[in-house]
Amino acid sequence: MDKFGFAISQQRQIDFEANRRDIAEYISEKEPSFRVCIECGCCAATCTTGNFTPFSLRELLILLKRGENDKVRDNINKCMLCGKCTLVCPRGVNTRNVISLAREAFQDRIKNAV
Amino acid sequence: MQFDPFIIPFNIGLYFILIYAVVRSVMWFRDLSKQDKLRLQRGFFGRSFGQSLKEIFMESLLHRKIFKTNFRLGYMHMSLAFGWFLLILFGTLEADIFGSSHLNAPYKAIFFKYFNPDHGRAGFEAVWSFVMDFLLAVILSGLIIAIIKRLYSRIVGMKKTTKLRPLDKVALTSLWMIFPSRLIAESFTSGAYGTGSFLTGSLGSWLASFLPAHEMAYPFWWLYSLSLGTFFVLLPLTRYMHIPTELFLIFARNSGITTGDKAGAFTDIQTYSCSSCGICIDACQLNFSTGITNIQSAYLLKGIRNNENVKDIAFNCLMCGRCDQKCPVGIELTPIRMLRRRAGETEHVEKSILKRYFPDKPSFNPVKVSEKPSFDFLPSSRPVKADVVYFAGCMTHLTPSIRNSMIKILDASGVKYKFIDENGGVCCGRPLMLAGQDKEARELINFNSKLILKSGAQTLVTSCPICYKVFRESYYLDIEVLHHTQFIKNLIDEGSLKLNFMRKKVVYHTPCDLGRGSGVYDEPRDVLRYVSRLQKTDFDNENSLCCGGSLGNMKISYKQKQIIAADAAARLTKDNPEILATSCPLCKKTLAAATETKVADIAEIVAEAIMLPNLMKEKSNPMLIVKEPVTI
Repeated sequence: MDKFGFAISQQRQIDFEANRRDIAEYISEKEPSFRVCIECGCCAATCTTGNFTPFSLRELLILLKRGENDKVRDNINKCMLCGKCTLVCPRGVNTRNVISLAREAFQDRIKNAV
Repeated sequence: MQFDPFIIPFNIGLYFILIYAVVRSVMWFRDLSKQDKLRLQRGFFGRSFGQSLKEIFMESLLHRKIFKTNFRLGYMHMSLAFGWFLLILFGTLEADIFGSSHLNAPYKAIFFKYFNPDHGRAGFEAVWSFVMDFLLAVILSGLIIAIIKRLYSRIVGMKKTTKLRPLDKVALTSLWMIFPSRLIAESFTSGAYGTGSFLTGSLGSWLASFLPAHEMAYPFWWLYSLSLGTFFVLLPLTRYMHIPTELFLIFARNSGITTGDKAGAFTDIQTYSCSSCGICIDACQLNFSTGITNIQSAYLLKGIRNNENVKDIAFNCLMCGRCDQKCPVGIELTPIRMLRRRAGETEHVEKSILKRYFPDKPSFNPVKVSEKPSFDFLPSSRPVKADVVYFAGCMTHLTPSIRNSMIKILDASGVKYKFIDENGGVCCGRPLMLAGQDKEARELINFNSKLILKSGAQTLVTSCPICYKVFRESYYLDIEVLHHTQFIKNLIDEGSLKLNFMRKKVVYHTPCDLGRGSGVYDEPRDVLRYVSRLQKTDFDNENSLCCGGSLGNMKISYKQKQIIAADAAARLTKDNPEILATSCPLCKKTLAAATETKVADIAEIVAEAIMLPNLMKEKSNPMLIVKEPVTI
C-alpha cells in the first residue's frame, strides 16, 4: 500500500459464471485428496519457496478452487516440490501431486493453444 | 543324406533366430555411445571376458541368484535353462559320436532318435540314452513346476506372477509343447524299435502295447519341430527375447557400461533382458503392504517394450530400489524408471509386425514446452568462507531436533564450520528429479553449487540422504560430500568427539537413498555400535525397507503411505527395541507417526551421548530435550 489518495477500488466480486473451474476439477478427479483441503495454511508456513518470495500454496489452492487461474499459472512453477507441505498437512493432502497435476493441466492448455 | 520334411519348421526357426540375434546385437552395438563402444571392445577382448563367461554360466544357466531368493523357483528356471542346454550339448555329442558322420547340422542332433531309431540298445549307447532321458526328465519336472506356477503361483513360494499378453501366451504354449512332444515322439519311436532308456523306453513299450507306435510317432515329430519353430520365430516379440539379450547385457555390464542419466542402447538392452520372472513383484513394498500389484518393474519394462503409455506405472513407485537388489538379471530398474519419468506422457503406438521385430529406439525425450525459468526469484548468494559447510536440507529443517543435535555435535567437536542454510535454504533438486523435471532441478543445482563453491569448503556435510545422493551424483562439486553419519564416524575415529556408552537396545533402519541409493551401510552402524547396543533385524542393509514417506511416489494416498510406514515400523520393532534409529529426517518423521517406539536420528542419539562437562548446563535447556511434537 504505497499509493495513497483516492482511487476506484477494483472489483472484488467472485464471478463464478466467468471463472473456469476445469483445472480444479481435473485435479480433484485425479487427486481426490485435493477436495479435503481446509485451507489452514500449514503448507504456506513451511514452504521452502515461500522463504524467498511471496509464494503461498494456500492462496494458489483457494484461487484454483475459485477458478481464478491466471495467478496460479504465473506462480505454480515456482514450487521446488521439496515435499515439506505434504508432510505437515493435517488433512493428508498429497500437495506435491496437486502441484504436478496443476502444472500438467496448464501445460496441456499451452500445447492445445499453439 | 538323412532328411524328412518335418525338420523344415525347426530349421526355419533356428536360422531365423540366429540371424536375428546377430543383426539385433549389431544394431545395439551401433547405437551405443562412443565411450561405451570402446568399453565394450576392451571388455570383450580383456580380462572381464572370463568373468562374463562365468556369470553367463552361473546366472543364465544355473540361475544362482534365483536359487538364493527362492529354491523352488530357482530349480524351475535351472531345470529349463541348464537342462535344455545340457540336452542340446549331449544331443550334439551323441549325434557326433554315434551318428553316420561327424559335425552334423543341428537338426540331426535334435531329431537324432528319429533318424537313428536303433540307437541305444546296449553298452555305452544305453548309458548315453540314460543320460539323455534323465536330462529330459529334469526339464519335464521344471516344466511341471512352471505350469503349476502359472495356475497356482503360491505353490512355488511366489505371491504373484506376471500377467501375459496373447502373443506371450502363444509363445508360452509353444515352449510348453516342446518337451512333452519330444517325450511322446521319442517314446513312440523307441516303442516301435524296442530301444530307449528308463523314460522313453518304458513309456514307449507301454504305448506300443496298445497303439500302432510306428505310425503314431511321425505326427509327434512334426509337432515337436513345429513347436520349436514357432517358439523361435515368436521369441523376439515376447519376453523370451531375454534369452539372447541377457548374454549381451552381461558382456556390456562387465565392461563397465552403466545406465547413467541418459537413455540409450544400454537402456534398451536392459529393457529386453527382463524375463518377467516376477521377483521384483514379491520384493515390492507396494505389493506386500498395500496390495498394489500392477506397477512393478516387470510391468514397467513390459510396457516400454510394447510402446505403451507407462506414465502412471513410472510415477507410482517409492523409488526405494528394493527390486534393483533382488533382480536376478541385475537390471538397473530405478535409473530406468527415472529416465521414463522424464519422458512423461507417451502415446501408445500399435506397431506392425515388422516394426516390432525391429523397433525404434524407445523415445525418452520429454515434450518440449516453452516456459520461462521457474526459479528466477532466487536471491544472489552471499559467500561464506569455511572449511566445512553444513547443509541441513529441507527435511532437516522440518525436524529441528536433528538440526539442533547436529549443531551440538559440530560445536562439541570443535570443527570450524558454517551452516549454509541456517535460515532455510534452497531445495537440493532431487525431489524435482524424482518428479521427472530435470531442467528445473538443474536450476536449483546451479544455485546450490555456486553457494557451496563460493564458500571454498573442502567438506560438505548434509543430514538428509536425499540431498546426499544428489550432491554426489548430480552436482559437479570437487569437494568431499559426507552424510552426517560418516562425518560423526570420522570425528569419533579422530578422537575429537568423546561419547558415553548408552545401554539402550537400538535397531537401525537404513534409509533407501543412503543405503541402496548411495551404498553407505557401515558408517551408521559403526556409530550406533559405539554408543549403544545395536541389534539385528530381518531387514538390514540391502534388504532394508522403505519408510513409505518417500518423495519418489506422488501417486499413492496418505492412507497408503501410513499403511506402508506402519508395516515397516512393525517389522523393524519386532524385538521391542528401545529406540528405532535412522539417519534420515524424512524416515524419522514418517516412522515416528507409525509406531509407539521412540524413533531417533543417529545425530540425536550421538548428541545425547556427548561427554563434555561444558555441555552439561545446556542439557538443562528445555528447548533441547523436549520431544519434538508429531504433526501428522
